[in-house]
Amino acid sequence: MRGAEERMSTRIAYFPGCSLEGTAQEYNLSLQAIAPKLGLELEELEDWNCCGSTAAHTLNHKLAVSLPARILALAERGGYSSLVAPCAACSHRLLATRMALANNAGLRKEVQDIIEMPYKGTVEVKNILQVLMELGPDKIAAACSRKMTGLRIASYYGCLLVRPPKVVQFDDPEAPQSMDTIIKALGGTPVEWGFKTECCGGGFSMSRTDMVCKMTRDILDNAAFEGAEAFAVACPMCQSNLDLRQLNVNQRYGTAFKLPALYITQWIGLCMGLPARDLGLGGNYVDTGDAVAKAFAVPPEKKPPALSAAGAAVKA
Amino acid sequence: MTQAAAKGHKDSSLQSLVEELTGEKLSACYQCGKCSAGCPAAYAMDRLPHQIIRLIQLNQRDKVLNSHAIWLCASCQTCTTRCPKDVDLARIMDALRELALQEGRTAQESDAVVFQQVFLNWVRRTGRQFEGGLVGEYKLRTGHFFQDLGAAPKMMGKLKMIPRGIKGRQAVQRIFRKCEGPKNA
Repeated sequence: MRGAEERMSTRIAYFPGCSLEGTAQEYNLSLQAIAPKLGLELEELEDWNCCGSTAAHTLNHKLAVSLPARILALAERGGYSSLVAPCAACSHRLLATRMALANNAGLRKEVQDIIEMPYKGTVEVKNILQVLMELGPDKIAAACSRKMTGLRIASYYGCLLVRPPKVVQFDDPEAPQSMDTIIKALGGTPVEWGFKTECCGGGFSMSRTDMVCKMTRDILDNAAFEGAEAFAVACPMCQSNLDLRQLNVNQRYGTAFKLPALYITQWIGLCMGLPARDLGLGGNYVDTGDAVAKAFAVPPEKKPPALSAAGAAVKA
Repeated sequence: MTQAAAKGHKDSSLQSLVEELTGEKLSACYQCGKCSAGCPAAYAMDRLPHQIIRLIQLNQRDKVLNSHAIWLCASCQTCTTRCPKDVDLARIMDALRELALQEGRTAQESDAVVFQQVFLNWVRRTGRQFEGGLVGEYKLRTGHFFQDLGAAPKMMGKLKMIPRGIKGRQAVQRIFRKCEGPKNA
């Protein structure tokens, strides 16, 4: 009986969201690959639907709370007390809905009628950084078999993981640190830079590519200026714009950025010694080979002594 | 006072209508411009975020609802986070877009609107987003056939080409029907 209760409390509902089935499948792949090594039991939510994302809250407020409400109601029905949504847009919509329904009994009643399911608001929603931080950087490092050798990584949080603070209640909205802390524990060098939470243009990638390129260029520019060699991200749209659109930026502005953007789960997986293929590194548009090779190169001080020193050693 | 005015939408001001839709207090805005200073999309806007608020206060309905700005807001929540008067401007932009859509005022940024509509159409049909269909239908409806062809080879490997509906897709369709209704009651 007690055992069952304990199991109930540690079960986490996994809400992958639509991107992780398609353009962000590397995020899903790498998370699934590292989860068992971290003791995370992710149970995919049965028959989940789309959260509606930006499209719903842009065009229809009622829809924007009803679609996520069905997801949360499904998790309640499944007996879960918490749910993890790796996509920042999904976790944001779920959190915003949770808050809107908690603060408005009338809306809560109306939405239950719309989704034809009871909704109590008992499921806690977490983004992936939150789950990782709850495990703690030490535990993550302990599950790894190798460390990075100081690769300079810019953690890019984008908008929806940290804003607005009232809704997401996670990290600092202007100067977040969680991903940097994890990167540091993995042996990387977190880059201090100014565009950690600047918007990449998100969902305008197709309809206003020109804007996304401008906004992404500003981000790339600042990261490069501060000496970043790669990015760590935790949002499918951030990844897509920093990576795929980096090619368009270089074309459009005549720049030569070469900054691969890897999901934080991919960086962790690499440190666990998992093969790049199992982590979906082949899905990146900007070549990841050089940065990854550099990240795990044997550091100079551990190399055999340099030639002159070796010569001296032989003589002695 | 504004509440009473908002009851009858016909002769109510845009401000009271938006306040009713969002629960935000627009009169709190004292035009400091912090929202516009931090807005990453402001460079592309015809009217800046704080100007949109001012125009609402002045009941300039056409200037607000016909603006490019309301469609170029990326919903990044920077303004909402930083507003010293705690005005949720990102939420207000949502309400303005919803109003503009209801009145058919979408020509200013029709590509962005089409993208969102096609996005929702696939959710309505299958319960989830179908990225292959989203890209294809968006290109068909906007005529941007040759966009991103360079990225196509790698993208094809990622996108599912056949939509797979969820079991509860009829429940999702009912959600859409009730939310979209003849009028958003």
